[in-house]
Amino acid sequence: MTRANLLQIAVFAALFGLLELGTQMGWISRFTIIPPSEMVTGAYNLFASGKIVPDFVSTMWSVIVASLLAIATGFVAGAMVHSLPQLRRTLDPFFASYYAVPIFAFYPLFIFIFGLTDIPKMIIAYFYAVVAMMINTMNGLDRMPAVYSKTARVLRMSGTAKTFWVTLPAAMPYVFTGVKLAIAYAFLGTIAAEFILSTSGLGHAISFAYLNFDNNGLYSNILIVLTLSVVLNMVLFYWERILLTRRGLA
Amino acid sequence: MAALISKEGAGPNALSRELHSTPPFAEVHSCLRGVSKVYPERAGNPALHALGPIDLDLKKGEFFAVVGPSGCGKSTLLEVLAGLSNVTEGTVTFEGNAITGRVPDGVGVVFQEDASFPWLTVWDNLAFGLRRRGMDAGSIRSRVKDALALTGLSDFAKAYPAQLSGGMRQRVCIARTLVTEPRLILLDEPFGALDQQTRLLMGDEVLRLWRETGATILLITHALDEAAMLADRVGAMSSRPGRFLDVIETNWPKDRDSRIASAESFGRITGRLWSLLRNESRNAMGAAAGKLK
Ligand SMILES: Nc1ncnc2c1ncn2[C@@H]1O[C@H](COP(=O)(O)OP(=O)(O)OP(=O)(O)O)[C@@H](O)[C@H]1O
Ligand SMILES: [Mg+2]
Repeated sequence: MTRANLLQIAVFAALFGLLELGTQMGWISRFTIIPPSEMVTGAYNLFASGKIVPDFVSTMWSVIVASLLAIATGFVAGAMVHSLPQLRRTLDPFFASYYAVPIFAFYPLFIFIFGLTDIPKMIIAYFYAVVAMMINTMNGLDRMPAVYSKTARVLRMSGTAKTFWVTLPAAMPYVFTGVKLAIAYAFLGTIAAEFILSTSGLGHAISFAYLNFDNNGLYSNILIVLTLSVVLNMVLFYWERILLTRRGLA
Repeated sequence: MAALISKEGAGPNALSRELHSTPPFAEVHSCLRGVSKVYPERAGNPALHALGPIDLDLKKGEFFAVVGPSGCGKSTLLEVLAGLSNVTEGTVTFEGNAITGRVPDGVGVVFQEDASFPWLTVWDNLAFGLRRRGMDAGSIRSRVKDALALTGLSDFAKAYPAQLSGGMRQRVCIARTLVTEPRLILLDEPFGALDQQTRLLMGDEVLRLWRETGATILLITHALDEAAMLADRVGAMSSRPGRFLDVIETNWPKDRDSRIASAESFGRITGRLWSLLRNESRNAMGAAAGKLK
């Protein structure tokens, strides 16, 4: 562990301790925030009692389905658009402004079509994730040195073999950024959709606790969501480090 | 206009022919006829006449070097010969068959740029082409081992290209081409990133390899002495659009090595090359300087 890591942990622990102290001593009202220790026990109890498990599964399921679909289709679509410069020029303004469009505006429409199932939130999560994957795939393909393609041609590789053995690994660091963003966006889209209108999921649990003045449930659920996203990001970050170090990019 | 080169017949070439132990009318391995390459206009850049018209006969088993000012179309010539680039005019043949849009089997290329794959270890880089061909693991192992030893990379088999120096990466690319045992090897300034001593030694290795495999070699280089030392024939190119100003026969014995640099005729050959290229290089630089204004 580096000094920076230790410092990060120290800062985090200090903030946690201050919050604990402040709430326990009554400097901060319990109606505003509860002591972190109670968040932890609360989160633990939610799992221990099995109360949160269906919500947890529902959220994870949505994130997994949406991000996997977004990663696969985003890569293929990104590669296709990349190979058609004309189409790409046409689509460029669309990509540039995509994340300025409130995709959530279409959420009621999806609920209207699919009902209060898991599908509307998966669609929202998917649309949040897929374009990040596309943009990063195209970015990666742009940066592939032309000499790699030439090498593949000298080795008389077929188009598919070239894509699989040369293009994909060459673009991997960028594709990986796309994967990271796709998962993050899918997570964001899912939680937010659950928050707005849904009958299950961690986002729904937070919203439900909030509407019922259940501060303990509220913060316990927030803690779960935060922990989940931090763990997810750490795993991806770790993978990315290995990938980049190998190529001398980190 | 096209400066034709293959000067058949007796004369000084007779000796080298004997040493090559090739039949009196050596088989043409790769051939260009009236080849021109114009890069079409694209994204605001005007069309650019990069090469030719040019004729060239590479004889089977010969070592041909190309020298010429920067930007004269040497790499373009190589891409045309390899079948990587379509010609605007003329025909390209390899082993008697016209090349159309595909690299023929039996051609190996070492590019000017670093083409080692950063996601693979040195070993996997070398094995890459053989694996794609579906060669059995045993043969791959022995070929990769040999190529590593030949290029002095045995200790770095497990390293990734990012951990190597530029010169070592270029050696990876050379080794990666050699393992596929091409019959025509095209080398585009492969020693550019190497220091002078390593350059001389690698030159000797390439000569040894050339003798052992009987492959035809075309070597592009910016070093006149390197061209004069390694090749049977040296083609000196004009500034863009590149044509051969002349092709000089060196008449070296086949079992030569870098020590011929001390031969009396060596100085004469490099001198002749320089007198051919001096004005062309000036022109090329002048043109570039003019563009900058
Ligand atoms: N793909 C391309 N599209 C357009 N122009 C190109 C392309 N490749 C090369 N050129 C142009 O063609 C000319 C010849 O380029 P080439 O790379 O063949 O030169 P070279 O002799 O190999 O130069 P150097 O010695 O610097 O490597 C240059 O003016 C270059 O700008
Ligand atoms: Mg070049």
